[in-house]
Amino acid sequence: MSADPHYTLYHPRWYRRRVSVWWWLQNRSYTRFVLRELTSVFVAFFAVVYLWQLRALTQGPEAYGQFLARLKAPLFEGVHAVAFVFVLFHAITWFNLTPKAMVVRMRGKRVPDWAIVGSNYAAWLLVSGAVAFILLRG
Amino acid sequence: MDRITPFLWLLFSAGGTVAALLFPVHLFLTGLAFPLGWLEAPRYEFLHRLLTHPVTRLYLLVLISLPLFHWAHRFRYTLYDGLQLKHLTALIAVLCYGAALVGTVMSAYLLWTIP
Repeated sequence: MSADPHYTLYHPRWYRRRVSVWWWLQNRSYTRFVLRELTSVFVAFFAVVYLWQLRALTQGPEAYGQFLARLKAPLFEGVHAVAFVFVLFHAITWFNLTPKAMVVRMRGKRVPDWAIVGSNYAAWLLVSGAVAFILLRG
Repeated sequence: MDRITPFLWLLFSAGGTVAALLFPVHLFLTGLAFPLGWLEAPRYEFLHRLLTHPVTRLYLLVLISLPLFHWAHRFRYTLYDGLQLKHLTALIAVLCYGAALVGTVMSAYLLWTIP
């Protein structure tokens, strides 16, 4: 016996029910939760695509042309279609959650949830329109 | 770790907002509308001219970096809860935030060195 006992974070002798790795498929709201968490993978994927585009732009017109051509591969189009659905899901769940994450008060009264959610969607529309307007001019 | 957790949460939250507001339109255009020929992709000269402006560079840094940290934070907990990898906490955290940091440094470097 050593003088310094080895403590584990989870006591091995306590009874703990084994939970399947697929626990989140047993209930619809758990599934929605995990799908929402998985949107982050597609967010990261697209951030990397944009990084790739940025690199192509720093390398010159040929590299940019190659980038555009690569994105025409069916595999990329398919992944982007799936990613678009997930990113939309992220945006919608994110906007709908904001009133729960932050409480806004105006003149001592709490701003109703629908007003916060509504202003999120308005900002979304405005910003998307501005981005599209700039990119489609070129 | 405990001391920087609020900061990491702030990055997660800011990145989530940036991704929610800006990623759908960028992804729709760059990933679908341009490759599928629904709309015409911007020409190189146009984008390059945009990039000479400091505001565009800052915009791109924010657009790439913050959502990566958003991913790092969320994916980290997805791995813990979804795959029950609680014993790999430290390793997963290093890999996730490390990847986001690498992406940030790469985009900052590229934006800094644009001629």
